Amino acid sequence: MKQINIFDKAGSFAENKDIAKAVRIEEILPALNKQEEIILDFKNVEAATQSFIHALLSDVIRKYGGEVLDKISFRSCNDTVKKIIGIVVDYMQE
Amino acid sequence: MKIHLPNSAFLGNIDPFIRGFDPLSDNVLEISANDKWISVHPVVLSMIAALGLTIDAKNISCAKFEAKSKHYLARMGLFQILGIRSDFDFVEHEPAGRFIPVTQIKTSGELTKFITEMIPLLHLEPEQAKTIGYIVSELARNVIEHAASEKGAVLCAQYYKKSNSIRVGIADTGVGIKKTINQSYAAATDLEAVKLALQPGITGTTRREGGTEQNAGAGLFFIKSIASVNRDFFVIYSGSGFYKLLKKTSRVRPQLNANPEKDRHSESDEMPFWHGTIVGIDISLNQTEEFSLLLDAIRKTYSTALKERRKSRYRKPRFI
Repeated sequence: MKQINIFDKAGSFAENKDIAKAVRIEEILPALNKQEEIILDFKNVEAATQSFIHALLSDVIRKYGGEVLDKISFRSCNDTVKKIIGIVVDYMQE
Repeated sequence: MKIHLPNSAFLGNIDPFIRGFDPLSDNVLEISANDKWISVHPVVLSMIAALGLTIDAKNISCAKFEAKSKHYLARMGLFQILGIRSDFDFVEHEPAGRFIPVTQIKTSGELTKFITEMIPLLHLEPEQAKTIGYIVSELARNVIEHAASEKGAVLCAQYYKKSNSIRVGIADTGVGIKKTINQSYAAATDLEAVKLALQPGITGTTRREGGTEQNAGAGLFFIKSIASVNRDFFVIYSGSGFYKLLKKTSRVRPQLNANPEKDRHSESDEMPFWHGTIVGIDISLNQTEEFSLLLDAIRKTYSTALKERRKSRYRKPRFI
């Protein structure tokens, strides 16, 4: 089980897409390649932009399909973050 | 280039100010101003600063300002960023809670630092801070990623106590929306390109639904949606294309539209040519819809727009 703390990397306002890209390439994709499950922990993240979540997740969903969401859990998300994630996950599966 | 600061230029009445901009002779900049009073939206200052950054400071001529409000321009950092001396002394006020001076942002790291420092400066409620931070981040990142401008983004913002609103302006002197959009779509005019860029899921980086791994083509749609739900003005101007989302009266229940044509707006494709992109937005804090509620509406509109676009590409049966 791989745990990734988003606050530690992006702060309370997760908006830097370069950081999201680095997390995706250096942590999420390698963990999935090793068949590991992943917890993305959003504790203390007050808001995230759609661009940040897109850079974090879109390529993962495109590469592995919607089924990859069975292997990724989102922990401690507030309502705003949950909804932004929901929007990105939706349109990537349309 | 010539630009004149009128006595009033806010998003509601910004059209004459823009029409008065003279883009010819782009190696010089002449700034003139109303001699009695200057009261302008931050986007006006961002535009002037962005223009000034494209040329040597010695080629900028600034008329001797007579208006008392010249102090405002100095306090917002306009003369400083242009590299010209103001011919007067002014009292510098503590900026907290009032304004964000004209700021140039060229890199992703600079933007993150700026947003981190900006939010406490504005002394906003957490929900309001989310909205303003969101807008600044998405707009400035658009410039950094798509504008190809070595001068980056120029932005400033001002809190207006009387209307309890924040007005934000951002300008760049990059390639403009049409050139970016035309990498994937065939927009014939600047206005057409602007309207395409406002639609969810349309990005110049690809025609593929869902975008690339770094771009979804959703940023401007989100920002227009924030303005629309809050019944506020939103202006976007690139090349000769100009689109203004008009303020809605409180009697009209705001509805999100994926297609900007369906919003109450004004437009022109005959504005003086701006090499780059300008965005101005007003956010009334009294009626700022809770951000998470706004996201529900965006999710629904976004999803419907994608389904309709996909359906429009379905092959139709040929009945003979």
